[in-house]
Formats: sequence, C-alpha cells, structure tokens
Amino acid sequence: MTLTLKEVEHIALLARLELSADEKVRYQKQLSDILDYVAQLQRLDTQPQEPASDVRPKSARLREDKPRQGLSPEEALCNAPSARDGQFRVPPVLE
Amino acid sequence: MGELTDLNVRQALAALVAGQVSSFELTQACLARIDALEGAIHAFITLTPEKALAAARAADERRAALKKRGQPPEALLGLPMAVKDVLCVAQTRATCGSKILDNYVPPFNATAVQKLLDAGMVVLGKTNTDEFAMGSSTENSAYGVTRNPWDQERVPGGSSGGSAAAVAARFAPAALGTDTGGSVRQPAAFCGVTGIKPTYGRVSRYGLIAYGSSLDSVGVLARSAADADLILRLMAGYDELDATSSQAALPPPACGEPPNIKGLRIGVPSEYFISGIQPEVEQAVREVIGVFETLGARVVEISLPHTAYALPVYYLIAPAEASANLARYDGVRFGLRVEDGGMLDMFMRTRGQGFGAEVKRRIMLGTYALSAGYYDAYYGQAQKVRALIKADFDRAFEQVDAIAAPVAPSTAFRIGGHGDDPLAMYLEDVFTLPANLAGVPALAFPVGFDQEGLPVGMQLMGRHFDEASLFKLGCAYQNATDWHIRSPELS
Repeated sequence: MTLTLKEVEHIALLARLELSADEKVRYQKQLSDILDYVAQLQRLDTQPQEPASDVRPKSARLREDKPRQGLSPEEALCNAPSARDGQFRVPPVLE
Repeated sequence: MGELTDLNVRQALAALVAGQVSSFELTQACLARIDALEGAIHAFITLTPEKALAAARAADERRAALKKRGQPPEALLGLPMAVKDVLCVAQTRATCGSKILDNYVPPFNATAVQKLLDAGMVVLGKTNTDEFAMGSSTENSAYGVTRNPWDQERVPGGSSGGSAAAVAARFAPAALGTDTGGSVRQPAAFCGVTGIKPTYGRVSRYGLIAYGSSLDSVGVLARSAADADLILRLMAGYDELDATSSQAALPPPACGEPPNIKGLRIGVPSEYFISGIQPEVEQAVREVIGVFETLGARVVEISLPHTAYALPVYYLIAPAEASANLARYDGVRFGLRVEDGGMLDMFMRTRGQGFGAEVKRRIMLGTYALSAGYYDAYYGQAQKVRALIKADFDRAFEQVDAIAAPVAPSTAFRIGGHGDDPLAMYLEDVFTLPANLAGVPALAFPVGFDQEGLPVGMQLMGRHFDEASLFKLGCAYQNATDWHIRSPELS
C-alpha cells in the first residue's frame, strides 16, 4: 500500500473533503493502486525535457486592459446559498 | 420527406430554408420523440420544452421578417439542438451531473452557446454527463445512467454520453459535447455518431464549467462529418473571455465540393494496434484505411513511441487541474451548502456530501500529486512526459497529414461492467488521451458494427488547427459509405 490511512486523512483535509470511515479505507486502496500504476513515469528518462503545461502553438493574445461590464451584484448573488446586503453570507470565522 | 427527426443538420436547414418545414414543427417533432423514448434512454438531465417552442416560434417569425426584407437567415436559424450539461445556457440550470450544482442557474451563456444562439440554435435541453465530465460511461452522473440506443443494457460511453445518445436516438440532429480525455469521441464511437474534438483553443472555454483547463475542449456530436464541420465553424474563434482561445482562421468547409483526398498521407501508428483490442474493432479500422487508399490517400506506417504513457500522464495532470478547478465548490457563492458549525466544517461537509465517488477520488489524487514533497515526482514528471508525447505528434505530422486509430479498445460495454475498479475504467481512454495531451484535433466517426450489432468507431487525429484535413477525409469516407446514416430501432 503506497498510502497510509493517515496520509489519506491528510489529503482529504487539504482537499476539504469530509470522508466516512468506509471511504477512507476504499480510497486508501484505490489511490494506492493508481499511484503504483502511474509510478511507471518515474522510471522514464525525461532529461533534459522541459515540462509542457501548454501545448498550443505560440499565439495567445491578452485582451486590452479596459474596464468592461461584468455581472451585476444581483446576478453575482443569484445563486448564493445565503446573501445579505449585497454580500455572500458565511458562518462565523471567529468565535 | 419522411420523419422530421430523421433529418440531419444540413437536411433540416435546407428544409427550413425551402419553407418545407417550420422550426416549430421540427422542434415539436424532436420533443414528441423525446417524450416517447426518453424514459428508456434518459439522455437529458433537464428538458426545456416551453423555452424551445418559444424560441422556435421566434425563429419562424424572424425568418419570415428577414425574407420580407430580402435578407438571408442566420446559418442555424430554428435548428433544435441539445447541449451537454457542463456548458452554461443562461437561465437554465447547469448541474454538471453533480448534486453540488443541483440548483445552479447560470446568469450567462458559454461563449460557444452564445455563438450558436446568435446563429439561431434552439436549445431542447441539457444532456446527461459523468459528474464534472469525469468518466467514460455516463454512469458517474448523479442523475442516473444514460442507456445506449443500440442496446439499452449498455453504456453510451462518456462523459458526453447524453449528447451522443440524443443524436443516435434522433432526439436532436446535433448536440454539443466536451472532450478532456475522449469525452466526445468515445461516446460518438459507442453510439454510432460523428464527433469532433477540435484543436485546443479552437473554441472558447468561457462558460464551460472547468475540469482540466489545459485539456478541455468544446466539440460537436452529429450524424455526419459535414454537419460537425458546419457547427464547429460557427462556434470557433478568438474570445476575449478565454485567453487560451486562438485567432487562427478556419479554412472554408471541406464538404462543399466532392472532397478530394488524393495524395493526403494517413499515418497508422503501430502503438494503437495492441493486444487486448477487440478484433472486430481493429479489423474495421484496417478496412477503413483500405477505403482511404482506394480513394487516393497514401498510407504510411508511423510510430508514436510514448503512447503507452498517455494514460498515467493524463491521470496525474487532469486530476491535478481538477483539484484546483473544483476548489470553488465550497458552499459560499453557488451550489450546495451543508451548514454545520464553522467555515471549515461547512467546506468539508458541503464537498464531502455534494461530490460523488469518482470526483472525490480525482480531487484526492490531484491534491496528492500537487502536494509538498510530491509535486516534482508526480505532476512535474507528468508534464515532462506530456512534452515527449507532443513531440511524438510533431514528428509524425512531418510525415503525414492525419493519423488513423481506434477510438476505444472495444465497443460499448455493459452498464456496471467495470464495477468499482477505477483503473479498468481509465483504460477505456487509452487511445483518446494522447490527442488531448498534445492539443491536436480528432474526428471520430462510425465505421461498422460488431457481431452483437454495436457500432464501431474510429478516429483521425490531425495537426494543430487542421480540422479541415480531418473533415475532408471524414466527408470522403461518408460519401463512399453509409454507416453514419444507420440508426437504431427504438420503440
């Protein structure tokens, strides 16, 4: 097993996912299997290859830095689970 | 004219232009067929019949008014279509197949959708998808599985399974899909329809709810290469709202004239004809290559040596990008909120309860691959191998104009057939992932049936921004054969 249960819990916290005890055990096994499988990449010699996060030909163009009409406050808030006074409402952060 | 729902895009548009049918009649015919058969197929998450009929009526009025003024109608005026539920259609809910977005109603249109609405599209509804487009069978939808119209015990493929099934079942002449690792092409192959995954950057991703941002592309599912070409060119183009969208111009349609493919060079990569592939799939693809040869194309054996690494590369890069993209679903601005205790509890519970098993698995995998101490070994190394995969394509396209390959190792598998084994499901994508990693376009189209009567598909991959060669080959093949016009018996 590549991952310990403790590591699974740590990843879940980083990812902000509450998992049940069952899920933790299942993901420990499945993620370990997947990580074992992808480990084949580490045996491949990639020197001196540069990483490719962008595979497009060089043609990107940024738009002009001009103000433009965005969503209205009403539109921006229309899907909010909770809103008041034109703002998103969340549970208390500080006691 | 037979059944209105049998018309493909170009036939329907011709009938609308000739005044043989109104958009209202056409839309009504689609809705009636959906009404009769949707219970069996379940292609849609959300249907919008009233909006569709209102839009159809408005399109008919507009056509009459334009005619009176002697002006030409828009290219798609009054054409009913279906849209995958990961693309935003303003004021219609967009779930992404997820409970976490069950009540999300976008206040804006995706650019691809906006462009087609400007061209006159009538939206019938939003089609089923694996949750956040993560899957190869549409079984990961929180809204139930879509059934393959050719065999209802089988999956339609995924993640654009609802769109592929809708086109195969004659619910709509065309549908929008998205392809991050094969999600247009594999369902097109499984359902016996034609699907284009365009070059990365050809179509704006604005309003496509993000999964893997360096891989995501908006595509079309239709009943012919000519139809897919027609719709793609209306969606394509630079968009200020997506800095990765390209300004590259589209050449004129490939299918206007009888397409001439004499002298086009087609590469056949040995790495795509491996053991484990269903013999009928390999045989069908080899036969098509023979057809292209008789039509005047030249066939060249080529090698894409890093093909086998595409799967591990993809299943690090896509989950890594997903783990960042899906961080926005935290119960604050939209979607589900499970409120209980403080902020952290709300985040954890909302996400724990709102996401399904595969989405959580990929978020976990991506979070791990990006976490301190593991970044270079997993994500960094995957990006380097991705560059090797792209270099394979660059070298191949010095020799050939298109690359022919199977879409998936087999035809449509049974619902539940891959059980709870994520790696077995990921293997479905082995032949489709490389095009996404390299950013190149690929066209999938039907090329026959296996012994069980299930459609077999193949794909042609092309150079960056050279969809035209793919459409030319696809149109030439479809002019010479009739697999693409076969349709399943449904009642």
